[in-house]
Amino acid sequence: MSAVELGLEAQLVLAVVAAIVATWAPPRLRSTLAGVVSAAVGLTGAVTGVLVLAGSRGRIEVPTSLPLGDVGLDPSPLGGFFMVVAGAVGAVAAVYAIGYAEGPAASRAAWASLPVFLAAMQLVPAAADAVSFLLLWELMALASTSLVLTDHRDRAEVRQAALWYAALTQLSFVLLLLGFAVLVVDAGGVGFDLIGSIDPGSTSASVAFVLLVAGFATKAGIVPVHVWLPRAHPAAPSHVSAVMSAAMVKMGVYGALLVCLRLLPAGPAWWGLLLLAFGAVSAVYGILQASVTSDLKRLLAYSTTENVGLMFLALGTALLLRSVGVGGPADSAVAACLLLVASHAAFKCTLFLAAGSVLHGSGERDLDRMGGLGARMPVTALAFGVGALGAAALPVTAGFMAEWALLQSLIHGARPEDRLVAVAMPVAVAVVALTAGLALLTFVKAYGIAFLARPRSEGAAAAHEDGAWTMRPAMLVSAAAVLALGLVPGLAAEAVTRAGGVAGVGRVGGAGLELSGVGAQLDPIALSVMAALLAVPVLFVSRAAARRRPRRQVELAWGCGGVRVSPRMQYTATSYAEPLARVFDDALRPERDIEVTHTSESRYLVERVAFRQRLDDVVEERSYRPVVRLADRVGLAARRLQNGSIHRYLGYSFVALVAVLVLVAL
Amino acid sequence: MNAEAAVLALAQVVAMVSLSPLLVGMMRQVRARLEGRAGAGALQPWRDLRKLLAKETLQAAGTSWVSVAGPTVLIVSSLLVCAMTPLLGTVTFTSVPDDLFVVVSVLLIGTVAVALVGLDAGTAFGGMGSSRHMTIAALVEPTVLVSVYALSIPVGSSVLSQIVAARLDDPASVASPVSLLALLALAVAVVAETGRLPVDNPNTHLELTMVHEAMVLESSGRDLAWLELGSWLRLGALLGLLSTLLMPWGIATELSAGGLLLASGALVAKIAITGALLAGVEVFLAKLRLFRIPELLAGSFVLAFLAVTASYLVVQA
Repeated sequence: MSAVELGLEAQLVLAVVAAIVATWAPPRLRSTLAGVVSAAVGLTGAVTGVLVLAGSRGRIEVPTSLPLGDVGLDPSPLGGFFMVVAGAVGAVAAVYAIGYAEGPAASRAAWASLPVFLAAMQLVPAAADAVSFLLLWELMALASTSLVLTDHRDRAEVRQAALWYAALTQLSFVLLLLGFAVLVVDAGGVGFDLIGSIDPGSTSASVAFVLLVAGFATKAGIVPVHVWLPRAHPAAPSHVSAVMSAAMVKMGVYGALLVCLRLLPAGPAWWGLLLLAFGAVSAVYGILQASVTSDLKRLLAYSTTENVGLMFLALGTALLLRSVGVGGPADSAVAACLLLVASHAAFKCTLFLAAGSVLHGSGERDLDRMGGLGARMPVTALAFGVGALGAAALPVTAGFMAEWALLQSLIHGARPEDRLVAVAMPVAVAVVALTAGLALLTFVKAYGIAFLARPRSEGAAAAHEDGAWTMRPAMLVSAAAVLALGLVPGLAAEAVTRAGGVAGVGRVGGAGLELSGVGAQLDPIALSVMAALLAVPVLFVSRAAARRRPRRQVELAWGCGGVRVSPRMQYTATSYAEPLARVFDDALRPERDIEVTHTSESRYLVERVAFRQRLDDVVEERSYRPVVRLADRVGLAARRLQNGSIHRYLGYSFVALVAVLVLVAL
Repeated sequence: MNAEAAVLALAQVVAMVSLSPLLVGMMRQVRARLEGRAGAGALQPWRDLRKLLAKETLQAAGTSWVSVAGPTVLIVSSLLVCAMTPLLGTVTFTSVPDDLFVVVSVLLIGTVAVALVGLDAGTAFGGMGSSRHMTIAALVEPTVLVSVYALSIPVGSSVLSQIVAARLDDPASVASPVSLLALLALAVAVVAETGRLPVDNPNTHLELTMVHEAMVLESSGRDLAWLELGSWLRLGALLGLLSTLLMPWGIATELSAGGLLLASGALVAKIAITGALLAGVEVFLAKLRLFRIPELLAGSFVLAFLAVTASYLVVQA
């Protein structure tokens, strides 16, 4: 038995053990025991993934009693890459949850669902055929739905969110089922290797492509099927949101990569254009919504839509460039897509865990009511700060290296002779630039409003770093990964090369990244050293000046002479994003309500001004509401069919009988 | 190559640190003279710096480490931009080339540092400035990157020193429609990025119209000195980059003492011309309403996009 086979089986066994432990352990020990075993599930997944990336293979068959046959697991290098991502995120989140879980999140059901969810998610990329893939996919969906429902007793919005999530995740499943069915009929078998031999130029291949990509996009949160994300993430406990956003959503990206690189490689140009267009729209729409929202977890959820959009954009670019025979930049685009996956997993996990810590410590999820948390929760502030740098794609973090690689492939993909590419590339550059700019604003807002300045509510003023010891190391490890991937991206080059099956991604200098396919290279360590050297004289002058005149604390900020009366005079998250909401008025359609109350003496004097702003998701309002309304109406009408009267039911039976007799007679 | 690049980077940093306060002083002087005032002289920014570094630094209770570290981060990022932009020569590090994406990102670190300093004290004006500053920065980004894209197409690289070297080899390309459109777009972006008129008025005393000034209201002493010098360095480096792209002549392609001297002389002349021009234009401009700025930036984006389109036409012809 090879090490990979052992790893795959260990994940299954550990998941079962963890579920049993969660069910039988006494409540006092439940979180610790189940958390440790769940973390082991994640860790085993990550190690197995690393082994697969290092070149070992292994195949196991899990016998089932289903008529469809056994579940076959045989991870490819691409699958291995996603196993590492999912396993690492799962392990960190499970450790965090040991300290974080309380109340419903520490219940038997919640702790038993987590390891099942983790194992299913880690094994999805290992599936070797369509049936196993769908089985594991559905198991992942069911386990995650049960986790979203954790708080259903206390919060009504959780039940709503779970309903939305369940509906869309089942839609995704149905689309995948149909897509794979088309491919399986064509290939004459369910194995991925067999499917890989189909001619991608055929009509049925295109039909399957559209169905599969639509299914995967639903899981990945691409606009317009992103609506479950901003509902499910705030509803779920934070460690679950972290796993869902940082790892589960990536399975949608894995699916898209699986289709584009392995099952149907070398498809026509419009496939690439389709992915690119949806990716671009999602990226801009996602970050625009994130920049104006003030619910911290909702903001992070929309930012996930943005990042997944960028991944789809990178993949679309790769397909488009391959179809016109531009190999080097296309390979860099695939590499950029994988780097985006890894970097997003790292920083989004950090951000969600930190958001959970804020929620735990201050009881607040609304940025407008936070403030001054940096002094009260220093570790959380540090982790959130690093994660925010990564999300804003600033050097030297993981996010920056990934976006740099994407921009390099876009710039070098310029092909004036092909009109389609000639138009698509600069538009893509503009989209990436706009999302990068808005992401900067979004995360300056999130960090600045939450962690700096003065507390805007009693909860924020009384906030404290939590006593549970496992939360802090989990956040810090995750934050360290953001910096590590940004400082030594060259170490990931090998993994990316193998996973994407691409050439021209290598290491330069210490551990810098070289994209030889586009002739670009960057060594972040050298950049940091330059910055450090330039900082030396500055710090020297500062020290000298400080020795003469030390820094002095004063009671009040100047505020242009205004005395600081109330913390409510500060800018809030809503006011911070107000100029942007006005600029993008047409796309966001905010509903503003301003009520001015005049004093009784004069209508020129104002007594009170009330301002209310509501930002609904425009896509949801326009495309989902009508469908939901229609379904409601049909449901109400159908109710009349079944009114409890026995006479009516006998009548139905009689009519049915007559209809059958008539049919038979014909 | 790397040793030469290090010498050049050092020379650029020294040159920009000594020149940019003078540049700002000169621009103020030009404006003053054109407006019929005597002006404080070109050396005033240097005197201001000396004064601020000697003064006591105050910090309000409740502010965090961001107020202390932010000014240093800004100045280091500005120095790094000076080191990484081809102002005196086109010799660059092999593993950290002066890739424009990297330069822009380093610039953005400074932008973020100032924006956080603005939020840290928890005053209304600081938050206001920070919010406006970030909105403008977000909207400038597409213009910058698309115009870089246009400039990079003929060269096949986003590395600035290669772009400049290619222009030096083929001076006719400077006057091509692609280059002119892209540079015009870039110029608007630079004006917005450095907070000059008509986007932001650096001389304003009215808090409600402030953008950059509102964020540094709470800083004093050496913090303020670093914030001021940092933003002057940004202005100097970006104007230097713009004028080098427009007039690449005089820049050193290989490292030698004579070449560096010549390049320094050329740089002084170039940024003096662009600076004076900018200051002269500013006299005739009023600050735009905040919500008209996106229109200006959208216009510059259209120019950048036209530059890309033009580059296809030129290549095909």
